[in-house]
Amino acid sequence: MSVPRPAEPAPSAVTAAPGPPLWLLLELTFRCPLHCVFCYNPTNFARSGPELDTDTWFRVLREARAMGAVQLGLSGGEPLARDDLESIVAEAHRLGFYVNLITSGVGLNETRISTMKSAGLDHIQLSFQDSTRQMNDFLSSTRTFELKSKVAALIKKYDYPMVLNVVLHRLNIDHVEEILLMADQLGAEYVELANTQYYGWAWQNRDELMPSRAQVERAEAVTQRFRERAGRPMKIYFVVPDYFERRPKKCMNGLGSVFLTVTPDGTALPCHAARMLPGLEFPNVRDTSLSHIWFESEAFTHFRGDAWMKEPCRSCPEKANDLGGCRCQAYLMTGDAANADPVCDKSPHHHLVTEAVALAERRPAAGSSAPEKPLLFRSPENSAKLHP
Amino acid sequence: MTAQAVTGGTRPAVDRRFKLQWEAAQNAHVLLYPEGMIKLNASAGEILKRCDGKATVDEITADLERAFSATGLFADVAGFLTMAIDNKWVTVLP
Repeated sequence: MSVPRPAEPAPSAVTAAPGPPLWLLLELTFRCPLHCVFCYNPTNFARSGPELDTDTWFRVLREARAMGAVQLGLSGGEPLARDDLESIVAEAHRLGFYVNLITSGVGLNETRISTMKSAGLDHIQLSFQDSTRQMNDFLSSTRTFELKSKVAALIKKYDYPMVLNVVLHRLNIDHVEEILLMADQLGAEYVELANTQYYGWAWQNRDELMPSRAQVERAEAVTQRFRERAGRPMKIYFVVPDYFERRPKKCMNGLGSVFLTVTPDGTALPCHAARMLPGLEFPNVRDTSLSHIWFESEAFTHFRGDAWMKEPCRSCPEKANDLGGCRCQAYLMTGDAANADPVCDKSPHHHLVTEAVALAERRPAAGSSAPEKPLLFRSPENSAKLHP
Repeated sequence: MTAQAVTGGTRPAVDRRFKLQWEAAQNAHVLLYPEGMIKLNASAGEILKRCDGKATVDEITADLERAFSATGLFADVAGFLTMAIDNKWVTVLP
């Protein structure tokens, strides 16, 4: 699962009254045929309540659209696991959303894509994941390649741009060249090479997934060579892993600024990972209006703007650039969500980031030996085991 | 790659990869594309909503001059469209 980019930032987000939730992400289901070790979904998803029914999703769409939401992401889990996906696409299109489907492609066939095209689906982002449990076989896996080829052909046939998302980590980052060749073969127009962000399952597997700096630099160099080669144009985005940076990302453009996620059971979140933040009660769309959730609920107002900040953020001249970074990362690494994101080298906790990177430097090269700790695959069984 | 010159006879159309719509909540036209949005200022919105692949730049200019009781808008319209073509928001039909 990749993380959608929020829409254009609202310029004076810090002081102005909040604008509308321009970006609505519906995680329609946590069901997924894949078991990706880098998934950002919560590790306790197996304990999640029942999924919302079609009519409730329709109501969420209507309320969000009335507030001015315009970009819609349909995600999961694997959204194709919902057999009402086509109806949700149709209703969203009727309401005026720009409808993005974020999918692994597993379960996509001609009937479904043709129905969704007629229903008004605007865009498909196809993620490349490991569909087997053998990470190192990822690239040579003919099953994966055949599936993706079939789906890519359908995407072309129905006149969608080919947008591929590939999550990079220690175990596949050395194969960026093969990944890009494969993307080229599939006819991709855009490729997003997104280094793993460490939330959910990826956090559990962080030490196994963290690349070394040399790996990141090699991958960037290969990407650059690929961009400069002659031939068919393919736009490649390389998203640097933030552990290798000295300033944090302006996560979600600030919580409660443009982004609203609704999870399969109806819980509303200011970002897809925010459920982990302690002390906040996250409202549910089953019993609260979206407008109340966005404008009034503590879950959405608490980290809006910069009044929540502590030092060193509070007096930092750069605070408007990044709003202190990611609240979830601050919480995961320091135990306090109001701390500066430790990616920032002004954070007193920055050593936690540099130590994680240093650990990756000391480990044997990927593939040269078995991981020290087995990877934890995203599965309902592992979820139940982690959260008995 | 620079766009071809925009002339009075050019017939521009919003590219099929973009969706132009009026957003009441933002009091603006917006261009929507995969996972993104460009908020347009008033004149950009007025020009783009006339780019239907049928009207020529001369006709679009004349229509805008009528609608806003203005004259001499051709250079502004052509300048904006050149930028829009460069950004692939607009396609020129042969």
